[in-house]
Amino acid sequence: MILKRLLDWLAGYWPEWAAYVVVGLVGIMVLIAFFLTMIMVVIWLERKLIGRFQVRWGPNRAGPWGILQPIADAIKVLTKEDIVPDRADKWVHLLAPVVAFVPPLLIFAVIPFQPDAILADLNIGILYVVAVGSIAVVGAFMAGWGSSNKYSLISAMRVAAQMVSYEVPLVLSIIGVILVVGSLSMMDIVNRQSLPFFLMQPLGFLVFFLAAAAEVNRSPFDLLEAESEIIAGYHVEYSGMKFALFYLGEYGHALAASALVTALFLGGGKFPWGALPPSFIWFLAKMVLVFCVLFWIRSTLPRLRVDQFTGFAWKFLFPMSLINIFLVGTELWWAKEMGWSLFPWPFLFLNWAIAGMLVLVWPKLFQLGVGRVEV
Amino acid sequence: MTIGLEHYLILSAVLFSIGLFGALAKRNAVVVLMCIEIMLNAVNIAMVGFSRFWGLLTGQVFAVFIMTVAAAEAAVGIAIIIAIYRSRQSVDVGEVDLMKW
Amino acid sequence: MGTVITFWALAVASVVAALAVVFLRDVFRAALFLLASFIAVAGIFLLLSADFLAAIQVLIYVGAIGVLIVFAIMLTREVKRGNPWGRMRFLAAIAGALLLVTIVLAVVNTAGWPGGTPPPPQATTEPLAMRLFDLETGFVLPFEIASVLLLAAVIGAIVLVRER
Repeated sequence: MILKRLLDWLAGYWPEWAAYVVVGLVGIMVLIAFFLTMIMVVIWLERKLIGRFQVRWGPNRAGPWGILQPIADAIKVLTKEDIVPDRADKWVHLLAPVVAFVPPLLIFAVIPFQPDAILADLNIGILYVVAVGSIAVVGAFMAGWGSSNKYSLISAMRVAAQMVSYEVPLVLSIIGVILVVGSLSMMDIVNRQSLPFFLMQPLGFLVFFLAAAAEVNRSPFDLLEAESEIIAGYHVEYSGMKFALFYLGEYGHALAASALVTALFLGGGKFPWGALPPSFIWFLAKMVLVFCVLFWIRSTLPRLRVDQFTGFAWKFLFPMSLINIFLVGTELWWAKEMGWSLFPWPFLFLNWAIAGMLVLVWPKLFQLGVGRVEV
Repeated sequence: MTIGLEHYLILSAVLFSIGLFGALAKRNAVVVLMCIEIMLNAVNIAMVGFSRFWGLLTGQVFAVFIMTVAAAEAAVGIAIIIAIYRSRQSVDVGEVDLMKW
Repeated sequence: MGTVITFWALAVASVVAALAVVFLRDVFRAALFLLASFIAVAGIFLLLSADFLAAIQVLIYVGAIGVLIVFAIMLTREVKRGNPWGRMRFLAAIAGALLLVTIVLAVVNTAGWPGGTPPPPQATTEPLAMRLFDLETGFVLPFEIASVLLLAAVIGAIVLVRER
């Protein structure tokens, strides 16, 4: 790894801690540069794809195929006036975009692009991701409260309801993976997937994907910024660079979520038939693919109502994730008792059958959207 | 200068005292709850400090249980606060005096 | 050297944030400082090489309890009335100061704290699980009781705030 070599080289000249600090800063810089470039590419891709889904061209003025559109957007946003509402809580209003922007960046520190391209292979990797991801919501809170705008406040309440509801199935669906792998490190999780986990645990994959999509506020779960109900939600009072930070943070979070889906369930940088290009490329390709599926869902499905939104988490995703844990646990126990290697083929078919059956039958057992509508 | 167990214990004591002071001196029930969380956090620091310096993991096990209890306490505490607010339009702990003699 | 600087930075940050929780007038800002204090304590856990606990600290305290508290602040709308002091604040201050002095004296006067360099840090997730779920000397029953407690808390919270 290049950073490691740089560290060894610098440590020859400087005291050890100085070398650590410098190498850490270099790593962070590389990560931020990569992060921002990825976000720009993805924004362009999304606008182009959504355009096609809606039978229009999408951006096509700035540069060939509108490829310079994100740069034009950036210039536009940077030259806007920075407006702070008169009655806003100034400090909270100022700090909110920063708090919303940083966590997705921190998540990228443990994304295993390639065995030697991971900034820090923490041994609590996935737990770190979940923990850091839960900080991002504080930014939305601060923005919603600090703007002293009733629509922002409603949006902040929705953020609270959404976080409390969707964090639960998100974490529980990861447990299925951790049970099989027996380690929290992201590198171990990728290395264990000779068969990608979405084949072995379709139910866990489904729950994680949907909960992650809700967690990063992608449509149809983007109730916090439902334009038709509460204008733009918590960032209604933001303009200029602060709005850009929210925008980047949102896309960064979506990108981090698709990277997590890739690492946890799609085998990370692994490719079924050997690795012809470096696994880095495969990882990015899978990540962008997952992101495109998110666009697809976004441009196909209408937005949920608030009661349907929380009801979906508690009535569908939550029991599904519990059943997934039970299933995986039982199968692991059986495999251990019988001395089989982990997850032989019959289990795979069993899992798919159970998942298919539950997805078909479970929604018949309850009704969404007959309750009261609050918030 | 090295950081020993004493430093962590004193930090824990300082945080605990701040939490105790706040929990006793504040009238807003939500703030009282926040101060109780600070106290539980302070205890956790002491537990993890002991566990580290004695090389026993039992302290961390205790910290895990303290966190569980803290989560349960926060959920029930906030439910009580919201229920009180609904019936009295106030979360002032001084005004909730039905059980006072 | 690095440990010393980090410890003091985190200690000062957590104490200042805790003081801000008590002394700020704005309840929402107090809650934000509470979150900052939680994160600083998570840093202290990392310094004590309790990596698993640090992540759990952020997940539970910031992600769950912090969110709940902010939610409660928004629901109760008590911000206009601020963060008033009770009548007993001088007694409370005396109680806090007495407790602090007692503990500090006790800590300083006790000889025989395990001093010097602690054992080298290592990953704690697996040893912690072994300690927690060991069938002979572990904490399986307390663990189950804790889960029952959580269930009871969830049901209790729902019953309390249910509107009839």
